[in-house]
Amino acid sequence: MGVPDGSQGHVALESLVKRFGPVNAVDRVTLEVGAGEFLALLGPSGSGKTTILMAIAGFEYPDEGRILIGGEDVTWAPPNRRNLGMVFQRYTLFPHMTVLENIAFPLKMRGVGRAEREQRARAALDTVRLGGMGERRPAQLSGGQQQRVAIARAIIYQPRVLLMDEPLSALDKNLREEMQLEIKHLQQRIGITVVFVTHDQTEALTMADRVAVLDRGCLQQVGAPRDLYEAPETVFVAGFIGETNFYEGRLDGFARAGEPVSVVLDGGGRMTATAAQSLAAGSRIKVALRPERLRVLPAGEGLGARVTEAIYAGNATTLMLEGEGGRRLRARIPAGAGLHEPRPGERVRLSWQPTDARAFAA
Amino acid sequence: MALNAAAYAVTVFLLLPTLIIIPMSVGPERLLSFPPKGFSLRWYAEYFRDEDWIRATLFSAEAGIIAALCATTIGTMLALAIVRGRLPGKGLVELLVIGPVIVPHIALAVAMFLVFEQLRLTGSLLGFAMAHTVLALPFVVFTVLAALYRFDAELERAALSCGAGPVRAFCHVTLPLIAPGLVSAALFAFIISFDEAVVSFFISDLDRKTLPRKMFEDIDFNISPTLAAVATMLTALTIAALLLGYALKRGMERRARRTGP
Repeated sequence: MGVPDGSQGHVALESLVKRFGPVNAVDRVTLEVGAGEFLALLGPSGSGKTTILMAIAGFEYPDEGRILIGGEDVTWAPPNRRNLGMVFQRYTLFPHMTVLENIAFPLKMRGVGRAEREQRARAALDTVRLGGMGERRPAQLSGGQQQRVAIARAIIYQPRVLLMDEPLSALDKNLREEMQLEIKHLQQRIGITVVFVTHDQTEALTMADRVAVLDRGCLQQVGAPRDLYEAPETVFVAGFIGETNFYEGRLDGFARAGEPVSVVLDGGGRMTATAAQSLAAGSRIKVALRPERLRVLPAGEGLGARVTEAIYAGNATTLMLEGEGGRRLRARIPAGAGLHEPRPGERVRLSWQPTDARAFAA
Repeated sequence: MALNAAAYAVTVFLLLPTLIIIPMSVGPERLLSFPPKGFSLRWYAEYFRDEDWIRATLFSAEAGIIAALCATTIGTMLALAIVRGRLPGKGLVELLVIGPVIVPHIALAVAMFLVFEQLRLTGSLLGFAMAHTVLALPFVVFTVLAALYRFDAELERAALSCGAGPVRAFCHVTLPLIAPGLVSAALFAFIISFDEAVVSFFISDLDRKTLPRKMFEDIDFNISPTLAAVATMLTALTIAALLLGYALKRGMERRARRTGP
C-alpha cells in the first residue's frame, strides 16, 4: 500500500446543515480533518454524527454548506466519484462473491486487469491478517474476520479517505478492543485519513488523534482526547466524556475564560473554580469536577460530606458521597498511593485544585 | 389437528375438479364422459396429430415467452422505482399496479378489443404479448418487490462506495442477489399468459389464436376428449413450471449463500 498524496486526504466541512423535517440533524458544522489524521465523530444517537459521515460519503446531500476533499468541492458528487473507502456498521460483504472477489471488487470497477486484481487482493488480505481465506464465502467467516475483509475492500484502491460508521459495534468487547488497536495501527502504517463514527467514548479516545463531540446536530468541541477530558469547553462535553460531578450555584462577580472564579453553591458553601467560558456577573453556574480530582481527607479545609458507600474495584476505590444540601457526589481514590480510604458513614472534607474545577454557564 | 384436517380438506376440494379431468382424458369414448370406460391415450395422440392444436400451442408459447420477458423487465424496473426511487405518489403507483388484478378481466378484454381493433392488433403476436404483459405485470411487481425488500439495500451503498456507478452496482450486486425472485416472476408471468382465456377470447382472430381460446372453440364444436387431454397437459405444464421455478430459486439462493466451499 502506498501512502496517498499528502493534501489529497484533507477533508473540510463548511457550515454543513442537514434538515430532516423541522429538525436540524446537522446544524452549521464546520470541521477540518488533516491528511493522515484519525478523527472520531462522537455523540449520542441523534447527534448527527452518522448524517455527517453519510454526507461526506455522498449518500446524503446537505441542505446548506460545502464538503471539500483534497481541496475539491464534492458536495454534490455521487458517492462512486468521491474515491473514498467506506466500512459500514454491518459488514455489507457481497454474499454471492468469495472473499477475494469482494476485496477485488473496487479494482474491477476501476478497470484493473484480472491478474493484478488477484495479486493486489491477496496482498490486501495479508494486510488484514486473513491470508488463505480468499476462497471462502463471507458467510463462512466470523464477525471480526468479515469486518477485516470489509476494511481490506475499503482500502485496496488506496483511497484518500476512509470512512467508518461504527464498524466495531457488532463485535463483542474483547474483539472490539483488539480491532480498535488493529485499525489504529493499520491507519498509521498506510497513512490514510480516517473519519470514524462512534457513540463509544472509550473507543473514540483510544483510537482518534482528535475527537469531534456532537450533540443534537451541533459541534460541541473538537480536540485531542486529553483536551476533551481535561479541558471540556461545554457542559455537554464535561458530562459526556468520562465521569463528572456537577455542582450548581451562582457566580460571585464575572469572569472571562480561564480566570479563577468563586461560586456560591446552592444549599450552602462556596467553591473556587476556573471559568471554562466567559461568565456574566451573578449567572447560574455548573461546576464540573472529575471524581479522581477530589482530595478526600478526614479533616481540614474544603466542603464537608459523608461517605454513603465505598466500592472497591482493585485499582481504585469509588466513594459515594452525600454533600451539603443532599448533593450526591463521587470520588475515586487510586489504590496503592497510601491515601486515606474512609469507611461508609465517615465524615470527610473534600478539596481540589481550582484548575481542576471548571465552571460553565448553566 | 382439526385445523390441519380442514386445510387438507380445502386443498382436496380445490384440486378435485382438476383431478377429474385426468381420468376423462384417458377414456376411449368419442365424447367426454365420466367415469371413463377403459384406458386409451388416443386423445393425446389426436392432439399431437392435429395441426390446429399445435399451432395454437406454439402461438401461446410465443406470446407467453415475450410477455414473460417484457413483464419481468418492466415489472422489475417498476419495483425498483417503488423501493429505491424518490417517486412522488409512490403509494398511489403501488396501488395502481394491482389494477389489472382488480379490474374484471372481461372489462379489460372489452377495452383491449376496442383499442386493438383500431390499431389492427387483434390476432397479432404483438397484441397478445402486450395484453398479457399488462395482465402479468402486477404479479411480477409483487414478486420482485418481495425480493427487493429481502435484499439488504446497504449492499448497494457498499457497491457505490467501491466506485461502482448505479447501473454497475445493480448489475454486479443487486441483480445476482434478486435473480431467484426474477426467475420465479418470469415463470409466473409465462403461466399467466399461457393460461389466460378471457382477454384472448376477445383479441384472437380466425387464424391466430391461443391454446385456451382454441379450447373454447373446441368445446363449442366437438366435445372431444382431446380437450380433456389438452387440459391435463396444461395442468401438468403449469405444475411443472411452478416446481421448476421453486427448484431454480432454491438452487440459486443456495449458490448465493453457499456455506461450504
